[in-house]
Amino acid sequence: MPDFPLALDIRGLVKTFDRPAVSGLDLKVRAGEFYALLGPNGAGKTTLLRMVAGLLQPDAGSIHVFGTDARRDPVAAKRVIAWVSDEPMVYERLTPLEYLQFVAGLWQMPVADAEANARDLIGWLGLGPHANERCGGFSKGMLQKVALAGALVHDPRLIILDEPLTGLDAGSARQVKNVLLEKVRSGVTVIMTTHILEVAERMAERIGVIAQGRLIAEGTLDELRAQARHGGTSLEDIFLDLVAESTAEAAEGSAAA
Amino acid sequence: MIAGQPASIAWFARHELGLFWRDWVAMLTAGRRTRSIVLVAVVAIIAIVLHLLALGLVDPWIGDGRNPDKPTLVLVTGAGLLFWTVMLSQAMESVTRAYYARSDLDLILSSPASAKRLFAVRTGAIALTTTVLSALLAAPVVDVLVFQDGPKWLAIYGVLASLGALATAIAIGITLALFRFVGAKRTRLISQIVAALVGAGFIIGIQAAAILSYGTMNRFAVLQSADVVSMAPATDNALWLPARAAMGDFSALAVIAVIGFGALAVAIWASAASFSHYAVAAAGVAQARVHQRSDAEFRPASPKQALRRKEWTLLRRDPWLLSQTLMQVLYLLPPALLLWVNFGRGAGAAVVVVPVLVMAAGQLAGGLAWLALSGEDAHDLVVTAPVAPRTVLIAKIEAIVVVIAVIAAPLLLLTALLSPRTALIAAVGVALSAASATAIQMWFRAQARRSLFRRRQVSSRAATLSEAFASIMWAGAAAIVASDHWWQLAIVPAVLALLVMLFAWSIRPRTR
Repeated sequence: MPDFPLALDIRGLVKTFDRPAVSGLDLKVRAGEFYALLGPNGAGKTTLLRMVAGLLQPDAGSIHVFGTDARRDPVAAKRVIAWVSDEPMVYERLTPLEYLQFVAGLWQMPVADAEANARDLIGWLGLGPHANERCGGFSKGMLQKVALAGALVHDPRLIILDEPLTGLDAGSARQVKNVLLEKVRSGVTVIMTTHILEVAERMAERIGVIAQGRLIAEGTLDELRAQARHGGTSLEDIFLDLVAESTAEAAEGSAAA
Repeated sequence: MIAGQPASIAWFARHELGLFWRDWVAMLTAGRRTRSIVLVAVVAIIAIVLHLLALGLVDPWIGDGRNPDKPTLVLVTGAGLLFWTVMLSQAMESVTRAYYARSDLDLILSSPASAKRLFAVRTGAIALTTTVLSALLAAPVVDVLVFQDGPKWLAIYGVLASLGALATAIAIGITLALFRFVGAKRTRLISQIVAALVGAGFIIGIQAAAILSYGTMNRFAVLQSADVVSMAPATDNALWLPARAAMGDFSALAVIAVIGFGALAVAIWASAASFSHYAVAAAGVAQARVHQRSDAEFRPASPKQALRRKEWTLLRRDPWLLSQTLMQVLYLLPPALLLWVNFGRGAGAAVVVVPVLVMAAGQLAGGLAWLALSGEDAHDLVVTAPVAPRTVLIAKIEAIVVVIAVIAAPLLLLTALLSPRTALIAAVGVALSAASATAIQMWFRAQARRSLFRRRQVSSRAATLSEAFASIMWAGAAAIVASDHWWQLAIVPAVLALLVMLFAWSIRPRTR
């Protein structure tokens, strides 16, 4: 791992709300890697990614994005990050092109590059016929594609996606996955949470499993298979085994305490 | 668990009442018992102050008691009409919401339960809410009237209930007519604009009449004038029935009750069948696509420029939000008229303009600031952009300032032609009032959808009250300075405004 340049280097990250959401988590993601983050509901995946994106302040720990200390210089870190959540947040009264123009303004993109990127993305994501329609009447899938185009228009080096495929039909999901794989091929790093294990299995180079705010397992599918005690063959079996193991350990720990 | 035959009118009524009660308790107490105690104390103080004000208003007029003579009937009818227009306005808003608010409507309309029964219950609830709110507002005056002139004035509550039912019936009629003639896409917007115009229109109209005829903004002066009384119909005319009913004439009360509740029953009967059809049509409005005429032209922009442009575009493209925000400007019309009437007669009249301008600027700034600072639909995008939070805040405040300047500048310029000194005072007052409202919205900002603009006032009552009090205090201070008499007294409201700001700042939410 240390031989590769790191896109994301997280050490001892802590965030507590009314209970610990992320508990001293360490995570390293290589530049140009497709990394999938799995975990049961409430495991701390979204909290972790929101802290990386600058949407939440950690209580402790460090986050480095391509060597930049994101806590010390958040603006510099944000310059290379794109964030896409499961709930596409776009302006109902702007058209996709106007939305992308706004995003390009926020990231201070040169106009010509921004316009070229925007038109390319609109085409790739099949939004061409709707480029000048206001987003207000769009379906969830179309809104998610607009949000994804917004995330990509400023040429980020690290794309963070929280359940980006939730609610998308097969065709839209395929378009989104293709765009993401294309970006990874061109050297962009992608970190994605998903509950669709098949997506993680097929797309990710490495998979991390989070439970109770800690990274409990990490590696390729084969490496995870080796870590699972009752090692099934599918990622679903491995995932359920790892989470059950971690939950049992946590229960034992709290009983002992 | 709801008792009663499922999906019956009684069952729906219990369900609605249960939801209403939980919302009401949650809104008042926010789950804290101490808060309800404080609230009771605040309500008691407000009630005492309102009763004292009512006493000051009613006592000189009531004298040794009132009989239904012509001047009394004119005044009671005029005041009642002012009140009823507000009831009608509120009923129109509520009826429109019954069709457009989705919440549980999708669930109920997709169930085999009768939509007619639900509509009947919700319409009844609208009439009841309109009546209860009006009764609460009127209570101090009624109490004083009863205390000074006997229990006959209790009949006002019966009149309010009848007029509440009539207002709801008319609101249903207007809404259905709009659905039929302009379609579901435009009904909400037009209905809300009509509601606001109805609410403000009569007040503004009578104020305009007062200004044009008597050079004053006092509505009641017009209603008591000899000209108006002499022009009014004879005392046995049916026009005076509500006023007679309010003064304890039970036969008149029976007639207006039959008219009001009869109209409501007919409206429910006539419209219940079409409720589900129009509610479904209203739901389809959200799915409609709007095409922009031209391709978006990419222009160079700094983050601040991009944010400002975005705010202005969203405001410009949301006619409903624009109408809600600019409706406050409607209240500027009477002082503008006063200026126009008095133009050339000296600077005295301009003094009246100052507090209204200052108040309106505060209210306008509060609404715009909420939209820009809290109503950010792409909150995550803006926060994850490589822009310092301070830059985002400044850009948004600049967007607000420009809108207020564009709206206030013409009136300030007109005032400057009349009296440069007054215009300067008004400009300073506008700036202070707008700055206070913006600062309060900034301290209390909480991310929400823009579409929740209407709920901003209940989401933080502390912010709303502070904003209103600060605007009133700055308006008072500016008016005192502009009057040129005892201008040193302006320090009192100015200090109070600053104290309100300090109070708001001290109770602002600390964690975000």
